[in-house]
Amino acid sequence: MIEFKLPSLGADMDEGKLLEWKVKPGEPVKRGQVVAVVDTSKAAVEVESWQEGTMHEQLVGIGTTVPVGTVLATLLEPGVTAEAAAPQPRPQPQAPPAAPTVVAPPAPPPPAIPAPAGERKAVSPAARVRARELGVDVDQVAGTGLRGAVTLEDVEKAVRAAKPPAVAAKPPTAASKPTADRTAEMRKAIGAAMGRSKREIPHYYLAETIPMERAAAWLARENGKRPVTERLLMGAVQLKAVALALAKTPELNGFWAEGAFRPSASVHAGVAISIRQGGLIAPCIHDVERKGIAEIMRDLADLVARARSGSLRSSEMSDPTITVTNLGETGVEAVYGVIYPPQVALVGFGRIEVRPWVDGEGGLRAMPLATATLSADHRVSDGIRGARFLAELRERLQHPEEL
Amino acid sequence: MNDTEIKSRVVQIIQSVAPEVEPGELRSDRALRDQVDLDSMDWLRVIVTVHEKLHVDIPEADYGKLRTLDDWTAYLRPKLAAGA
Repeated sequence: MIEFKLPSLGADMDEGKLLEWKVKPGEPVKRGQVVAVVDTSKAAVEVESWQEGTMHEQLVGIGTTVPVGTVLATLLEPGVTAEAAAPQPRPQPQAPPAAPTVVAPPAPPPPAIPAPAGERKAVSPAARVRARELGVDVDQVAGTGLRGAVTLEDVEKAVRAAKPPAVAAKPPTAASKPTADRTAEMRKAIGAAMGRSKREIPHYYLAETIPMERAAAWLARENGKRPVTERLLMGAVQLKAVALALAKTPELNGFWAEGAFRPSASVHAGVAISIRQGGLIAPCIHDVERKGIAEIMRDLADLVARARSGSLRSSEMSDPTITVTNLGETGVEAVYGVIYPPQVALVGFGRIEVRPWVDGEGGLRAMPLATATLSADHRVSDGIRGARFLAELRERLQHPEEL
Repeated sequence: MNDTEIKSRVVQIIQSVAPEVEPGELRSDRALRDQVDLDSMDWLRVIVTVHEKLHVDIPEADYGKLRTLDDWTAYLRPKLAAGA
């Protein structure tokens, strides 16, 4: 029997609320398939299974909040049928029964999705937010969504029905703020993770001015050849340069776990993405060192869109091996970031700006420059190694055609 | 399309990228990026949406001409007239 657990989704998430099962009991599950959707303070996260099998028992009910590591469901190993598995008593959340596999009397087929009778019903994230804003008890609202889920429209309909039109007439606008709750929760989560980082990680900080003339000229040429829909951003170029530069300083890429550093063979670059209503999330693009810039760009556009609509995958939250932040977008010259545990480094890019530059021959000229910074963990590396990384990053950005 | 219509289409497109924007609060003669929180990814989405909805391709070299809503209207007017 395979245990499907709620994975860790980053330092600032220690529990999640089950929103939806994507697979019914008896249905096959492939590696990497999304099995459940879990709500966190930052986003609704699609939780993937890393093992193949058949969905067996779903141990946690929709609407239940459970800590990271909880067994959400059991899966049967490939080839094992429900009949071969033992009949199980109605399981208790967090206490999965031991897994008898061989000698077992025939069991009835696994139950279909349990009817929500007596349980808390399924409510879409948007509906919950709106319900909280409007002070509506979602349990009293009739759901018209998938499997009786309460939708945003259901909540608003319920309010219109309950209140005189004069009061309920104000329609929600696209600009209506998310609940203060959600923002406050995210603030709290970020504060906890960053507080832990500053307490536990002995940070050191380095900065390097990088000439961006060649990268900018290369990008302009590339984009001149590309249709509007396939244009590239400097952010994608910078991500690739970071990933390649890390090859020479593997002690910046990986995790600090149980008192030791575990380097990662691949660069899963966490990208700091600001949420429009406030807050920050840094899901990753996997295997950046192996991808072309066009592919990184597509992944980046997709990731930003999904981060902002609140729909990310668990592997994107749990896998980042380093974070890259491009705060230069907002106009700052340099950003000295706080490392996101359990990572051990963060790379920041400031704005690209034309400034005076003295070239190798002593000539003064105007040059687009950017300040790249590194925040790194002294438990794992020293300034001299960090300096080497920044020098390599600068060199990589002088040869954009090789990225 | 007259100038008012062009402007309102552009505002709609900006709103599709930045839903918090209140159209009434946008000043046509002030830099858009001072009034709306648009990073380079958002800006690219605006450009791509203009391509999809209005069928006007804006080369990167022209981004600098599109500072204000008035700039947008002046830029799109001849292109939309030529396409119509």
